Amino acid sequence: MSSQYPALIVVVPLLAGLLVFIAGWVNKKWCFPIAVAALGISAYSSIGLLFRVINEGVIVYKMGGWDPPMGISYYVDHLNGLVLAVVSVVAFLNAIASKRSIEDEFPDNIGAFYALYVLMVTGLLGIVVTGDAFNLYVLLEIAALTGYGLIAMGGGRGSLSALNYLYMGTIGACFYLLGVGYLYIMTGSLNMVDIARILPDLYQSKAVMAAFIICMVGVWIKMAFFPLHAWLPNAYTYAPSASSSLVAPLVTKVMIYVMIRFILTVFTPEYSFNILAVSQPIVWLAVIAIVMGALLALKERNLKKMLTYIIVAEVGYMVGGAWLGNRVGMTGAILHIVNDALMTLCVFMAVGNIVYKVKGADFENLQGLFRKMPFTMGAFVVGAMSMIGVPPTCGFFSKWYLISGAIQAGHYGFMVALVFSSLVNVVLFFRIFEICYYEPFSDHHGHGDEHGHHPEPAMDEAPVTMLVPLFVIAVILVLVGLYTGDIVNQIIDVAIPKGLV
Amino acid sequence: MADIVSTVVDNYNYWIYITLMMIGLYAIIAKNNLVKKIVGMNIFQTAIILFYVSIGVKRGATIPILEHAHGSHGYGVVHAAEYVNPLPHVLMLTAIVVGVATLGVALALAIKVYNEYNTLEEDEILAQIREE
Repeated sequence: MSSQYPALIVVVPLLAGLLVFIAGWVNKKWCFPIAVAALGISAYSSIGLLFRVINEGVIVYKMGGWDPPMGISYYVDHLNGLVLAVVSVVAFLNAIASKRSIEDEFPDNIGAFYALYVLMVTGLLGIVVTGDAFNLYVLLEIAALTGYGLIAMGGGRGSLSALNYLYMGTIGACFYLLGVGYLYIMTGSLNMVDIARILPDLYQSKAVMAAFIICMVGVWIKMAFFPLHAWLPNAYTYAPSASSSLVAPLVTKVMIYVMIRFILTVFTPEYSFNILAVSQPIVWLAVIAIVMGALLALKERNLKKMLTYIIVAEVGYMVGGAWLGNRVGMTGAILHIVNDALMTLCVFMAVGNIVYKVKGADFENLQGLFRKMPFTMGAFVVGAMSMIGVPPTCGFFSKWYLISGAIQAGHYGFMVALVFSSLVNVVLFFRIFEICYYEPFSDHHGHGDEHGHHPEPAMDEAPVTMLVPLFVIAVILVLVGLYTGDIVNQIIDVAIPKGLV
Repeated sequence: MADIVSTVVDNYNYWIYITLMMIGLYAIIAKNNLVKKIVGMNIFQTAIILFYVSIGVKRGATIPILEHAHGSHGYGVVHAAEYVNPLPHVLMLTAIVVGVATLGVALALAIKVYNEYNTLEEDEILAQIREE
């Protein structure tokens, strides 16, 4: 059984996606249990796989028994074992948490929604687990197409935002495909490990360089790296909350994983950092991404949109960290994939609860929330602290590695940008806390209140099914922070090749 | 000069795909109508399909089916040079499917946008959003 984990991770949600769609016609009650069971099996297999990888080393799973490079192989090492576990756990928790808001927002389309949801998770897990460059493209499109659907489910401006995302997403995926085409011309192989074996003799070739850069540009469009980020804020803001809390934590992080996979496995760090010699400009681009993401977040007056710009800044953290070209920076980038996925999920789930109760995330709607929804806001504070980078939450530790990496590489611009963005996050989140805590609860009756006395707002908390996953993720944020040392020593340190110091 | 001309002429497939790709990209960026953008996106994808298909082709080669496979014992060795490379073509079957699916999703979204704003012209939609 455990030898089949790599296949189960993808196959179970894929089949469940089709089953859920049929169940949506027969009896809507079955959709949720099937989807959660499938995601649960995926999460269980991913975590089992991670422990197997830690104990036994790299696992190569040959799909259908065909040997690579002819067949498609699934290749699991410490790097994607970790990302797999995070992706599947995030998807599982969010599926449980969003049950009520899905029933609330689109009661007629529950089957379609869960089918898209499970298929999107299939795509994302497939991108991470596969060891075949073209297979990755197909799964990329599965994740993207279902993502457009999920974002457009909300209606309103969501449809237009999803369409704009679709244009950009398609261009990004096509660039990636083009890059893989050039790699295929040069090496005659699509298997990542096989390409990595053939490439070193061709490192002087201009076509290989073109392939690498075209792939990178494609992946950057997909991850909303700053000048290419225009699609992200609207798409994530106008998506229904159940979709945005799945899409926002995972899609950008999975694309960062693809970038790191290309830097470390398909090409060697030696090629990416020394022969290509484009690290400096890319880190400067990341600096611009961080600063601009932070500044654009400052001007927003809607909590959800503000968070989307923070994601743009966080993408800058990880791209910059990965391209610093030293071991500490790369550790920080990989650790930040984990942490950012978890903390983005935490804050977006909290926003989901707020939207469920208050029907809006504009700043005016947030007044008095600490009284009204103390548990949700408690978890939101933990998530916000992690985004700011307060120990012992996990956000502190990855930021620490990133800053140490910047100092070690002598790239002080990146260091300053990280500190600046942390400070801006302090301003952003404490402004939210202030609105939620100090300002009086807005009263829509509009009566003249001469005594300056406002009625005590009654507590009106989100349902328990939404609160429990939120608490679980808030606790995970602290636990991951406390166990950072183990994660770095046992997983990330092994994932980075010895050649990178 | 002759060098440049021969480079251009010898690699005409690359020039065609890049031209098509740029036409598609231009349509996505510059066109105002959402459906025209979708058409541009489709041209963009088709350009890459053309690129892949063209790299599998060899001069004087045939389709990858064994000649005289039945009953002739004299034909033992398969010479790769006699056959076109089938792999890029097979990959593009998948990419065509992906392209069709993308087109379908895009058109469905365009219908949703039209129902919302009663127009497909981007500037008119943006004007309506600004009024809200």
